[in-house]
Amino acid sequence: MTSAVEFLYHEARLLDEKRFDEWYELFSDDALYWMPLIRDQPIGEAHTSLFYEDKLLLKVRIERLRHPNAFSQQQPSYSQHVLQQPMVVESGADQCVLRTPFIYVEAQLDQQFILAGTVFHHLRGNEQGWKIQVKKIELLNREAALPSIQLLL
Amino acid sequence: MNRYADPASVRELVRPDRIHRDVYLDQAVFDLEMSHLWRNAWVYVGHDSQVPKVGDFYTAQIGREPVIMVRGNDSKVRVLPNRCAHKGTKLVSAQHGKCQGGLLRCPYHGWIYRLDGTLRSVPLKGGYSEEVQADALHGIGELNSHNYRGFVFVRLAAQGQGFQEFFGESLTSIDNMVDRSPEGRLEVAGAALRYMHDCNWKMYVENLNDAMHPMVAHESSAGTAKRLWDATAPGSPKPMVIEQFTPFVNDYEFFEKMGVRVYPNGHSYTGVNFSIHSKYSSVGEYEQRMYAAYGEERAKAILAEARHNTVYYPSLTIKGAIQTIRVARPVAVDETIIESWTFRLVGAPEEMLARTATYSRLINSPTSMVGHDDLHCYRAIQEGLSSASSDWVSLHRNFSAAESETVAGTYGATNEAPMRGQYRAWLDLMTRSESAVP
Repeated sequence: MTSAVEFLYHEARLLDEKRFDEWYELFSDDALYWMPLIRDQPIGEAHTSLFYEDKLLLKVRIERLRHPNAFSQQQPSYSQHVLQQPMVVESGADQCVLRTPFIYVEAQLDQQFILAGTVFHHLRGNEQGWKIQVKKIELLNREAALPSIQLLL
Repeated sequence: MNRYADPASVRELVRPDRIHRDVYLDQAVFDLEMSHLWRNAWVYVGHDSQVPKVGDFYTAQIGREPVIMVRGNDSKVRVLPNRCAHKGTKLVSAQHGKCQGGLLRCPYHGWIYRLDGTLRSVPLKGGYSEEVQADALHGIGELNSHNYRGFVFVRLAAQGQGFQEFFGESLTSIDNMVDRSPEGRLEVAGAALRYMHDCNWKMYVENLNDAMHPMVAHESSAGTAKRLWDATAPGSPKPMVIEQFTPFVNDYEFFEKMGVRVYPNGHSYTGVNFSIHSKYSSVGEYEQRMYAAYGEERAKAILAEARHNTVYYPSLTIKGAIQTIRVARPVAVDETIIESWTFRLVGAPEEMLARTATYSRLINSPTSMVGHDDLHCYRAIQEGLSSASSDWVSLHRNFSAAESETVAGTYGATNEAPMRGQYRAWLDLMTRSESAVP
């Protein structure tokens, strides 16, 4: 089995290469892709989030990106993830939590913006490899008025 | 000199069935909006639940005016200019917080104000003559504000239309949103989603009651959600997100029959007869709690009213049926911050808040697939209108020369009457003589 750290670099590469179907398969069926809006936000939907997506919503997002009438993607966006060395902050027999500070760049023709933050991956492993159970993205400037974030961090 | 300083030149920009592109593009028009329209209108500041205790404050920018919404010692919520009377320093810079010691103290020279804006003390006051002390040291003053069932508005101009006169019957949309709480009370549920729109503020406001765009602009998002759900689990109960997405791609007939009501002064709402929110599944014990609070007949009447979007021109747009509001904060001629706030229905089950939070995230967040295509269209207008091929933007749909001066009335919802009503109000608010700073 690949190491959890290698797995995370692979995940980021799939996103930046827009290999979304392969990326989707990295998630467990009960996965949560979450970007909280406030600091120390508890998990759940008592407060709104920037992302709080199950696999169904991630599927909608991926399918929409390649829809011929996804007008905001007529001019396609591209992303670049720059990851700092992931650190294992919790580990058990078949699961672990990794903390990874990152820089994320999203570009669309003449426009480009940069986001920074820290991502927490909750991974579960078995003989087939790792699956992401929770991906929680803590944006540095989550209070800011943000532009359209069209791709996936 | 502002080239639109003469009201006659502003009147040239608005015709009953079309508007000149300068209303979206021209810096001089934007400057006039800041000095006239956003001062003459009643503009939304915040909700009083954001300042629950004495001394709590919340700051906002109303047009170009930095303001503080603060709860005073008498529990009254006031709106004050966020500007020290001495050198003009903003008194508080945080988005929200609590005034230390129940006073506002300037961080520069320590002038201290009470929560009603009056001056309490100035260090070494003896340095000012008795004359200055009597005349000039009067505090920062209080702006004209009105708290309507928790929603706090301000009119920056010293003179002008009263609150009730300005909003009139459109206030029934706020009534319905508040009445949806079994206790008749709303609370802001945390922080706002803040979405930077690189377009003029009016494109956003016009879009709220534009019923001709959802099936086109949102085909890729809502249409995909509908298609995926239909393919995977036909006939099974829809998850909340699918229930919220799919009505965006209802057909033209649905949106036409939903109906739109236009009020004087630019206000309007779609969903006179029904809306995209009408068929949401009931949540937990909510209906039972409403029946217990209001009696079944009255509760059913409240819940049957499922308005789509209400525009409180120019700043506030609300969705009472799902308890979210969006607030337009113009920053520049081509830059607007849209804040989305979610509300808790006090006394309702917590699942109702989850429904609201979900809707806000799906539709109004900077990550929203629906929002991406809306903003794409606004930006495309902003860029497209630089074309010199025509100076005019069409508002012709269902236009009739017999339309009243304010365009007030009830129409099929695909009518562009709400936009025509907004521009009659725009012209009125831009050309009223009274825009003096209090």
